[in-house]
Amino acid sequence: MNEIFVLAEHRQGELREVSLELLTLASKLGPKVTAVLLGSGVDEFANKLASYADRVLYVDDSMYANYVCSAYQAALSELIKKEKPGLVLIGNTGQGSDLIPSLAVELGCPFTTDVISLTLEGDKPVAVRQFYGGKINGTIEFKDAETYLIGVREAAVPAEELGKSGEIQKIENPITTEITVQKFLEYVEAAVGEVDITQSAMLVAVGRGIREDKNMPMMEELAQVLGADLAGSRAVVDAGWLPPDRQVGISGKTVKPKLYLAVGISGAFQHVTGMKGSELVVAINKDPDAPIFQYADYGIVDDLFKVVPALIEKIKELKG
Amino acid sequence: MNIVVCVKQVPDTSDPDTEVHIDSTGRGVDQSKFSFVINEADNYGVEEAILLKEKHGGEVVIVSIGPEAANQVIRMALAKGGDRAIRLEDEAFAFSDVYATAKILQSAIKDIEFDVVMTGCMASDDGYAATGQTLAQLLGVPHAAYVKSVEVIDEKTLKVGRELEGGLLEMSEIKMPCVLTIQTGINEPRYASFKGIREASKKEIKIMDLAATGLSSDEVGENGSLSVLKGYSMPEVGELAEILEGDASETSTKLATILKEKGLV
Repeated sequence: MNEIFVLAEHRQGELREVSLELLTLASKLGPKVTAVLLGSGVDEFANKLASYADRVLYVDDSMYANYVCSAYQAALSELIKKEKPGLVLIGNTGQGSDLIPSLAVELGCPFTTDVISLTLEGDKPVAVRQFYGGKINGTIEFKDAETYLIGVREAAVPAEELGKSGEIQKIENPITTEITVQKFLEYVEAAVGEVDITQSAMLVAVGRGIREDKNMPMMEELAQVLGADLAGSRAVVDAGWLPPDRQVGISGKTVKPKLYLAVGISGAFQHVTGMKGSELVVAINKDPDAPIFQYADYGIVDDLFKVVPALIEKIKELKG
Repeated sequence: MNIVVCVKQVPDTSDPDTEVHIDSTGRGVDQSKFSFVINEADNYGVEEAILLKEKHGGEVVIVSIGPEAANQVIRMALAKGGDRAIRLEDEAFAFSDVYATAKILQSAIKDIEFDVVMTGCMASDDGYAATGQTLAQLLGVPHAAYVKSVEVIDEKTLKVGRELEGGLLEMSEIKMPCVLTIQTGINEPRYASFKGIREASKKEIKIMDLAATGLSSDEVGENGSLSVLKGYSMPEVGELAEILEGDASETSTKLATILKEKGLV
């Protein structure tokens, strides 16, 4: 196989960890690895990437200061057509997931997204990804092509020090025309609420299993008797039962409390990513196959509407 | 403002009672016990389209690939305010990957004069989160994925907020026509009114088969796909939690005791 391209990702002046994770993954596949970087004033990032790649190819231009799909796609399309990598790895992030499908279709490359493990069989990638919220895996193969594009899930592979000293090549911007269909404006940070759940010692986290808004007071009472704060999964926040600053997961907060009591949460990776660093995890869920039990120290497989009221009483008794 | 919304009927896997079992072919799942619902993110897409129509006028067209049973999901979108619908169904569509799926959708959408096409940002069953972006490229228009806010700036421009990691919003302008993939939580999806449901039964659902799409059998299904799902497998299960056994009284006593021992109560 020709070399592997890894698209480096940066945001708000920081090189994102997923770049190093993908370079680590790529380095184990065999072929030569080239880190590709688009940005503005990114010499420092190029230097860092060089210790994880055999080559760093980068374009420094103000049009790439912030991610804009049309601009990134135009540049990468030109680079890929010229350099003909066998495989292009892109983080399946808010940026990468936006970019991969349209870039692949423009180039006519087979692609897939949100891959959790990747191998090469000869010159062709074989990818594994999750289906049905992580309840089952699927193996994906591809039609024959010169180049394949794969979106790899963040944190699927830990980044390792690779000690490389790749050649750094700064190249001319392949795009000379102005991109007018899309324009970056600004980043808006998520609102900060009255409780910062990233600092909470104990969290009671509520999921979809709670079913209705009217069941929230029961969870508030559980949190109160434990002296914990309330947090929740995306579903609960989308439904408006908890404010957005209480959301745990990829698009919410990353928390590391002493106790994370997950009630009615199935444990899709989007949620688990935000809580797996908790010291003690307890899960209450009706479904014995819920992925959350793989991340929990203790589990109760039962109806939360039976367990939670009983638990509130027991804790009250213990506290006297 | 004319808006096309792509919706998908999916198994209701949010229900904790829904178990997913691989079927005997190894490439499908046993659907016999599933109940089906509109894909959650698509439901937000329908709402966002109707909100824009209510403010700016125009037409909302619902497009879906699926069997006759998917009419239920389509009718509900029509009852909420969709004007008409197209349902694409053909045996040849089976095993289409994201690319082939987007080609099928494109065949129905290309003749509509749209300003915006909306899809959910991700389907709860296969989770590719890629159909909208693929469709945009096939339609030759720009796109924005994971959209959590939409504002009309002028007749050619939208201001959109894309949700990134940590809840950070990336605000940008995008020219219409365009494709937006809608993130959950962008709005509060309404319930259909009885009047709406009554009216929806009279609205048109146009059925398109392979011949009607103008595509050949080589362009759809597995033949027309760039990737192939070879088979499903059960994930390797990590070390499981210690499960506390007994009825609710017993398990809650055990848990309270553990929390006490660990100094958490």
